[in-house]
Amino acid sequence: MKALAARLSRPWAWSFLGAVLVFVLAVSFTGGAGAGGMITTALALAVFTIVVGLGQMIVITLGPGNVDLSLPANIGLASAVSMTVMNGSDSLVGIGLLAALGCGLAIGVANYLLIRALGIPPIVATLSSSFVVQSIDIAYGRGLQIKPPDGFADFVSLQIGGIPVCAILAMLLSAGFGIALRRTIYGRSLMAVGQNPRAAQFAGLALERTRLITYGLCGMLGGLDGALLAGYFRGANVDLGNEYLLSSIAVVVIGGTSVAGGKPSVPGIWGASLFLILLLTMLNTFGVSAGVRLVATGLVIVAVIAIAGNRGLVNPSPK
Amino acid sequence: MAGAPIVSLRSVEKAFGAVRAIAGVDLEIAAGECIGLVGHNGAGKSTLMHILAGTSAPSRGQVLAAGELQQDFSAGRAMRLGIRCVFQELSLCPNLTVAENTRIYHSALRGFGWRRRAANLIAGKLDEIFPGHDIGSSDLVQDLSIGRRQMAEVARAFTVTDVPARLVILDEPTSSLDAHTSRQLLAHIRRATAAGMSFVFISHLLHEILDYSDRIVVMRDGKIIAGGRAEVFDRDKLVEAMGGAHGAAGAARIATASAAPVLVRARPAGGKPGAELIAREGEVIGLAGLAGHGQTQLLRRIFAAAGRRTSDIDVQAAAAMVAGDRQNDGVFPMMSIAENIGVGSLAQLRRGLLLSPDRERALAASWRDRIAIRTQDMANNILTLSGGNQQKALFARALASPARIILLDDPTRGVDVATREQVYELIGREAATGRTFLWYTTETDELMHCDRVYVFRNGAIVADLAREDITEEKVIHSSFQEAG
Amino acid sequence: MGRFLSVRLLRDLLPALSLVLVLAAIAWLNPRAISYLGFTLMLNLAVPIVLATVAQMFVITGNDLDLSIGPFVSFVACVGATWLVENPLVGILVLAVSIGIYALLGWLIQWRGLPSIVVTLGMSFVWQGLAVLVLPKPGGSAPDWLLSLMNVKSPVLPFPVVASLVIAIVAWFIVMRTSYGAVLRGTGGNAAAIARAGWPLPVLKAGLFAAAGLFGVLSGLALLGVTTSADANVGNGYTLLSIAGAILGGGEFVGGIVSPVGAVIGALTLTLAASPLLTFLDIPPDWQVGANGIILIVVLAARTRIGRQAART
Repeated sequence: MKALAARLSRPWAWSFLGAVLVFVLAVSFTGGAGAGGMITTALALAVFTIVVGLGQMIVITLGPGNVDLSLPANIGLASAVSMTVMNGSDSLVGIGLLAALGCGLAIGVANYLLIRALGIPPIVATLSSSFVVQSIDIAYGRGLQIKPPDGFADFVSLQIGGIPVCAILAMLLSAGFGIALRRTIYGRSLMAVGQNPRAAQFAGLALERTRLITYGLCGMLGGLDGALLAGYFRGANVDLGNEYLLSSIAVVVIGGTSVAGGKPSVPGIWGASLFLILLLTMLNTFGVSAGVRLVATGLVIVAVIAIAGNRGLVNPSPK
Repeated sequence: MAGAPIVSLRSVEKAFGAVRAIAGVDLEIAAGECIGLVGHNGAGKSTLMHILAGTSAPSRGQVLAAGELQQDFSAGRAMRLGIRCVFQELSLCPNLTVAENTRIYHSALRGFGWRRRAANLIAGKLDEIFPGHDIGSSDLVQDLSIGRRQMAEVARAFTVTDVPARLVILDEPTSSLDAHTSRQLLAHIRRATAAGMSFVFISHLLHEILDYSDRIVVMRDGKIIAGGRAEVFDRDKLVEAMGGAHGAAGAARIATASAAPVLVRARPAGGKPGAELIAREGEVIGLAGLAGHGQTQLLRRIFAAAGRRTSDIDVQAAAAMVAGDRQNDGVFPMMSIAENIGVGSLAQLRRGLLLSPDRERALAASWRDRIAIRTQDMANNILTLSGGNQQKALFARALASPARIILLDDPTRGVDVATREQVYELIGREAATGRTFLWYTTETDELMHCDRVYVFRNGAIVADLAREDITEEKVIHSSFQEAG
Repeated sequence: MGRFLSVRLLRDLLPALSLVLVLAAIAWLNPRAISYLGFTLMLNLAVPIVLATVAQMFVITGNDLDLSIGPFVSFVACVGATWLVENPLVGILVLAVSIGIYALLGWLIQWRGLPSIVVTLGMSFVWQGLAVLVLPKPGGSAPDWLLSLMNVKSPVLPFPVVASLVIAIVAWFIVMRTSYGAVLRGTGGNAAAIARAGWPLPVLKAGLFAAAGLFGVLSGLALLGVTTSADANVGNGYTLLSIAGAILGGGEFVGGIVSPVGAVIGALTLTLAASPLLTFLDIPPDWQVGANGIILIVVLAARTRIGRQAART
């Protein structure tokens, strides 16, 4: 009982609990039918939210005022770039992925430069860059649906024993992130900058380098997601990433990452992504309309943050 | 001078955790008197003011106002009783004009024509107190110099709409004013006192206190240790009352050979040439003087310049900083004790690509012994430690790093005596191994542990005391010294 | 003091300068656009965007951000296209309650110390869902009085220009001239000082959000009046547009520094730069959105540069 209590005191525990609860509700409604399929689909879809959720998580961890609003545009452009480079040929998949990562990295670095060199607040900087990237994407993609190579598309949808391979890869990625956050100088610096930038400075940490790496990494994750989404939905599309802005921020918050910065929670991203997707699944199972689905999701987000409290995201606490 | 006192404090005490800021004060403020409040750092003046103004509640004791005992004496209640307070941290909204800030202060300034009324109100008061000023009512506060901001806020405290101002508390009201405007303010205070208003007036400029107060109150260590009519006091008596004799029981410092290499040479911004700080390897250099007179700024600039050379500052080795404001500048509140210590030495903790948890644990354990941090487990969150132990962890962080120069920004503030003794010992030991310490402290008896002390006043170094000359008396004298 | 005036002036004139530049470019490219008819067409969508931008400005005044204004505008348009036409009293009630909800959110945010970005993010889902429930398929119709209002043929100046002027004056008056406007702006500049002077912060925050809700309702109705029918997504782009417009117009995220007139000018600039200017430049419509981003970047960078210049002197 004490062990259970200890585990529940971790911030991410509640999101997993919520996911389980919602799953149980959904399954009880169908009388057990399709439970396995539900889990498989949930895992498959969760991957996309998790990948950008990790990126948004580290940006938010940088401290109040930091958020990346350019993720949807990033995803859209990366999907077009990667599919164009892959050009329907399986042998070019590797290069295509690299192109997507490079595209995302460029956007991330551009965001950082806007913030640092031009002194624009992160919200507006990433907002502006999202406008520009969106235009680049529209012009580049010309609205054409560029199809992924068959092998790539099949791989993205591949399952082994009911578990999507991409979910396993996402778990590896998350594990890597977890290690990096806890056991590298970058990770330690990130948490320090987020918790107390002045103290971080006095402790001799490299603030600007940490910020640059963070925005760059977030951009790369957006690029990766763009390529994966194009593979899964079998076509690049400028609107591919639209719903991921809100969900990337939502999974960070619901997953227990501190909104004031400095305390990321990788397991929480998983718990919250599964929770949100299973919530949608449950509502679908109940047969509710799209409108009710949206309202319920929104109310859940508001309720979670109202209970959790804690100012942060827009304005730093007054000094 | 007869009549019920405006405010009375009886046996008031105030503790912040283990620290007793006010240790039993009785004070009565009658109508039409100006009380000058003096004391060195940490005497309790600010805390006392907050209690008088209702922004802080006493832990023990009674507050009486207008003859009645006040339960739950709040800032709102104080305002309604005519008690105004101008704190050192200004309470103006920078994005609003002077007139608009006046409106904020008075809820009665509303409705048609409010802006003109507010403007006239503040302009009239500014003209009354500071004739010849150049502050416009429609000036944005963020555009005003700090001196003008202070003038505006002081004038605002005197403005009256529905409730008359009976007691005005001013904390260092002339700190940002030049001599001319200071005189104008002080003259106004005299006139207002004669007309029946009362004042509590804190200043480090002793001549102001002596010339303009009816009564002087001297605080030290949270108590009022001297008080009386202003005529009874003079400069020397005040200094003596504030300082007092302390047996410096610190460990004897072995004087380092003056042939040791110079590691730091720094001149405060705007200081005169020649008045610079020099620190040699293995020395413990003290920075003294009243709080907020440039010590922290110089330390910060030295930290920023570490390893480079600028026109005013020359630093020859890497530096680490121990902040005095733990909360804002030191502690990482969501990290463990071990992590807080190790964060200054990340490169040393690395084994291969990753940080080694073993090395981090070993580092934490070794410092836990050397500096005696009281905790069950170094993996606990740092906020589980007492304030003193948190400060020790911050020391450990700096000392564990490879930096040769350690900058201490008033690090023992709010720390208990036993911890301080351990810290002094540690500084001595580390200095003996060749580490250099630049130590700003607001506790004058800590300066006994230094090889040399530089006293700051108004941003410049005004005194340079060698080991033999370091006495509390001399330090206080220089802190309060005025030219002419 | 004179020095401050010139820097401040330059900074304050930036929004107007950008608008003039855009107008000049349009005039040079297509002189016929500078006409009564031309402006009426180019500024067709200006009024709803201006209103949404003013709504966002109110929220920014208190150091917050509203990520839900877009879906809220969609929701209002949908309510207007259905209930307001079929059952006006119910429609009005629903809209009034919506403003009440906005006020409640503001109060909650202050009382619990919540990050507005997350709360409004959640509410964006709620408003979007409600919009879908009210109007599952595009359609509906605009009430007659609304249509007549939005199609007024005002003398001399085109209706969108007149309407924008009126909105600018009203917003400017409320925020910059009234005594309560000063207190509201103070909450953004130094909330602690406002609280110390005895003002109730949660009530003030609720007031700012209620104003945002009110202008959001006006924006949705105006949009309906212009498009004559509605769908659940019609206003979604207004979230980012309103933020861009408010910041372009001189507002800042922290410090309670806002300019109602600037916000209106910013909104107009973005409306013009979005479609008309680029069409005349023969720049493909693909680049409409990007142009807004570039304008934002250029203006903000200029503002920072001016600020740094001032600090150095």
